Amino acid sequence: MATATNGDTAGTCVVDGSAVGMPQLCFDWWGNQIFWLAIALIATFFILSRIALPRIAAVLAERQGTITNDLAAAEDLKAKAVEAEEAYNKALADARAEAQNIIAAAKAEIKAELDDATAKADAEIAAKAAEGEKAIAEIRANALESVKDVAKDTAKELVSAMGGKADARSITSAVTARLKG
Amino acid sequence: MASEAKEGGSELVFHPMDQFIVKPLFGDGPVGTFTITNVTLWLALAVIAVGALMVLGSSGRATIPSRMQSIAELAYGFVRKMVEDVAGKDALPFFPYIMTLFMFIVMANFLGLVPMSFTTTSHFAVTVVLAMLVFLTVTIVGFVKNGAAFLGLFWVSSAPLALRPILAIIEVISYFVRPVSHSIRLAGNLMAGHAVIKVFAGFAAIAAVSPISVLAITAMYGLEVLVSFIQAYVFTILTCVYLKDALHPSH
Repeated sequence: MATATNGDTAGTCVVDGSAVGMPQLCFDWWGNQIFWLAIALIATFFILSRIALPRIAAVLAERQGTITNDLAAAEDLKAKAVEAEEAYNKALADARAEAQNIIAAAKAEIKAELDDATAKADAEIAAKAAEGEKAIAEIRANALESVKDVAKDTAKELVSAMGGKADARSITSAVTARLKG
Repeated sequence: MASEAKEGGSELVFHPMDQFIVKPLFGDGPVGTFTITNVTLWLALAVIAVGALMVLGSSGRATIPSRMQSIAELAYGFVRKMVEDVAGKDALPFFPYIMTLFMFIVMANFLGLVPMSFTTTSHFAVTVVLAMLVFLTVTIVGFVKNGAAFLGLFWVSSAPLALRPILAIIEVISYFVRPVSHSIRLAGNLMAGHAVIKVFAGFAAIAAVSPISVLAITAMYGLEVLVSFIQAYVFTILTCVYLKDALHPSH
């Protein structure tokens, strides 16, 4: 292994442009490699720890927060949806009950009206019937009276036609007796 | 490593290790400590790539992320979960540090797969520094958090008393071997894969073999893509495991 650089290209580690043995074991180069490696590591460490890692941590935390918030919002919306459904169902039930009430009320009203009208009609019919009966009775009475008159007249004429002479009073009593008879 | 063969007039030359040579970017001078070399370039590109993905990618701060932001968030979540699951919740202060290791290694590995690139993580100089950083962090954190109780890590209290001193020796050795295996695993995997690709590429000079060679390179490349990620993952998860030992040393 080489121990010292003698001023030419790369000391004794390289002869005629090609490596002698393993270049990894050429200790002439270690100082150079270690120096630049130290700088590279320090640079990488500061780039990562000062800029990149906090930023990525923030991004990841923010994403986690967003996801958590979104999930909470979704949960909220779901609860609201359930609530809305309940309200809808309640409204539906209320509306049904109200409809039943309205139908019952309408039915009762119609029935009352109907009863009323029926009663009125019955009363009217009864009145008309009474009137008719009265008229019939009158007519019948009139007819009896007429029969009496006609019988009287006819009797008078018959009596006179037979040559008899009858006074009005006896004829009337005779006819009345006959009619009663 | 270079070998030569004569075949149909064309020369078969293998230089699988030349891709690992460190050379100055400007001029031909010697490689001093502060020389700007190809190492500097590819390390800088790795840092820029990490910055581009993690900073520019997340610049939208979108609740619904763009593709780039998704990848950045995925990397963040991946490493964070690993730290939490393996090392525990009290290891989270170390999360930026572990994230740095993971992002840097994974980016350097993938940049190493760009043709003509220089694979920084295939060098022991790089991986040994990374592994020693982890080793020192774990050791220091272990003693600061637990004091002398950290030594309980080596004293296996669930084993029979007679065995404990022997186990303690084994535990101590294994503890000190950790940074070695930790660093060689990463650099070795990458170096081997890249060298094998170069060897297959060398065979492409023979016209008859070149189709097979191209297929082999493609297959190796696919494997190396896997290895790039897996080795970064392994390095990171081992760091978490070691950190867990430091925070909860009891066996």
